[in-house]
Amino acid sequence: MSTAQSYGLLAEFNTAQALLDATEKVTAAGYTKTDAFSPFPIHGLFDALRIKEHKVQPIILAGGLVGLMSAGALEYYTMVVWYPMNIGGRPLWAWVAYIPPAFELTILFAAFSAVIGMFMLNGLPRPYHPVFNVARFAEHASSDSFFLVIEASDPKFDASRTRGFLAGLGAREVVDVDE
Amino acid sequence: MQQTEYPSGDVRIPPALIGPGHSYRTIADKLTFMVLTKNTPIAWFVFMFVGFTLVTVLTVSVVYLFLKGIGIWGTNIPVGWAFPIINFVWWIGIGHAGTLISAILLLFKQDWRTSINRSAEAMTLFAVACAAMFPILHTGRPWLAAYWLFPYPNVMTLWPNFRSPLIWDVFAVGTYGSVSLIFWYTGLVPDLATYRDKATVPIIKKIYGVLALGWRGSARHWHRYENAFLILAGLSTPLVLSVHTVVSFDFASAIIPGWHATIFPPYFVAGAVYAGFAMVLTLLIPLRVVYGLKDFITMRHIENMAKVMLVTGLVVVYGYMSEAFFGWYSGNEYERFMLKNRIWYGPYHYAYWVLLLCNFLVPQLMWSKTLRRRVGVVFTVCMFVNVGMWLERFVIIVTSLHRDFMPSSWEMYTPTVWDFSVLFGSIGLFVTLMFIFVRLLPMISIFEMHTLLPGSNPKAVSAASTAEGGH
Repeated sequence: MSTAQSYGLLAEFNTAQALLDATEKVTAAGYTKTDAFSPFPIHGLFDALRIKEHKVQPIILAGGLVGLMSAGALEYYTMVVWYPMNIGGRPLWAWVAYIPPAFELTILFAAFSAVIGMFMLNGLPRPYHPVFNVARFAEHASSDSFFLVIEASDPKFDASRTRGFLAGLGAREVVDVDE
Repeated sequence: MQQTEYPSGDVRIPPALIGPGHSYRTIADKLTFMVLTKNTPIAWFVFMFVGFTLVTVLTVSVVYLFLKGIGIWGTNIPVGWAFPIINFVWWIGIGHAGTLISAILLLFKQDWRTSINRSAEAMTLFAVACAAMFPILHTGRPWLAAYWLFPYPNVMTLWPNFRSPLIWDVFAVGTYGSVSLIFWYTGLVPDLATYRDKATVPIIKKIYGVLALGWRGSARHWHRYENAFLILAGLSTPLVLSVHTVVSFDFASAIIPGWHATIFPPYFVAGAVYAGFAMVLTLLIPLRVVYGLKDFITMRHIENMAKVMLVTGLVVVYGYMSEAFFGWYSGNEYERFMLKNRIWYGPYHYAYWVLLLCNFLVPQLMWSKTLRRRVGVVFTVCMFVNVGMWLERFVIIVTSLHRDFMPSSWEMYTPTVWDFSVLFGSIGLFVTLMFIFVRLLPMISIFEMHTLLPGSNPKAVSAASTAEGGH
């Protein structure tokens, strides 16, 4: 079709059910370098890719703990070390009064780690990706159509057999994705 | 979405959350072409004109304020908090409904939040922006507020006092604003990708493309996205409860009669949700007409919001009763005087009775299903609540401050025209920001609306038996 190096084969499906079924069959057939695309989250689709991942959660926990400790350190150094103020004889390390800012900073850091961590794990921002070279994908993947890609770098990939396999899964169309 | 818990035809089946006859394409097209069109509704210009006129009033008032100082306001001693703090508490309370809808209702799996969460979150952001303006204006010298408010190493080696509730406020409001912003933006990213793909004008496509960060809807991305989003909701829930709690500490930790009460945190939080839902309804009722969104923001949404408003309103009234009870039961001369002065013979007692009319009597109309289904009635009730919640803060602040312990320090408080111009100017800023948002960004979450359609939640079947043989 073109002389450009191929990224893989992209199959388009009409329904979420068709995409989920196809994804399960693709991973069952032993393909590993594959991905499914949908305009909205589909439950079970990630499991159908047969990967396990819990990376976001520890990042958020770490962020929250860093926030808590930063707040504690900030309050300790400013109130006790750098600028001790005796206000009515109250203790310098009045830790109860320091809870609200510490709580807020915990939430702040955890929330930012959640968002930044999620986008970094996803490899975003990434303005270019080969799947966008497919016109149908660029127009419909974010609103009303469902796609499945098998990358050419997959050890089981074979241009003609994989194409036949995808077509047999009820895809409405199977197209080459240029790198 | 499964309505199978009731037999078919059962009257208890809730009405659908989305009008009949919609598909992925119609939802995406409707919500995309609302923005990616040159046909701006005439009403949009009308609202924008009103909003922007008031923004001009705000600009003039603020410039004059900076030139002359806060002496142009009615703020005096003892009523040192007056309008700016009333407005601050009012606005920050309004913001709470957005987070409640987007986070707490998400955790409770309330599907009906889907079509209203985006605009409610935007409302939160703009309300917090309006709120944050007031304490800074109230300093009179905002260029000095930096080292009064933020802990940063400055040449005077001064640090803010973390034992003060006012600095807790800075952290609470600052965190709330920041977290609301990233929560809102994270929710927007997949929709911005839809806009990127649907836009036809190259420059517009490029702008939405940059904002969408290259989102492509991969299952791996959605998985991490949903995990992060759920935890964000879990983090926002205690956050939203903490914000108005901390705001109430500004009052509750002072010894002024009428402020020094343990009921304040829950009572303020309930009041915030109450005011917030009233404001969400105030905005959405006109917007669904202007943009023809009756299929997405259905009567069920309006009814549900009216019910939340009714319940939180009753919690607020419980707060009023507790306050009065505590004042009487304390046996404290100053508390009892404050109470009688506030309710019965004080110069501002009329404000208290108008407050009860707005926040207690009128919202009781929402018990009636017939009235809840009349949009005009709901809108009118919301306007009463908006006014009532503002008056509540007026009553708490002014009546407590103007008559404290020493009759020699008593003073009347009269707002000036500049007090009102800043208040109405901030409302104009809010309306302007809201309508700019509606014009440029999807005011209803497209991808979440898709998940409401039948067929969007397929059942996984074991693929082992159907695996391709011999490949």
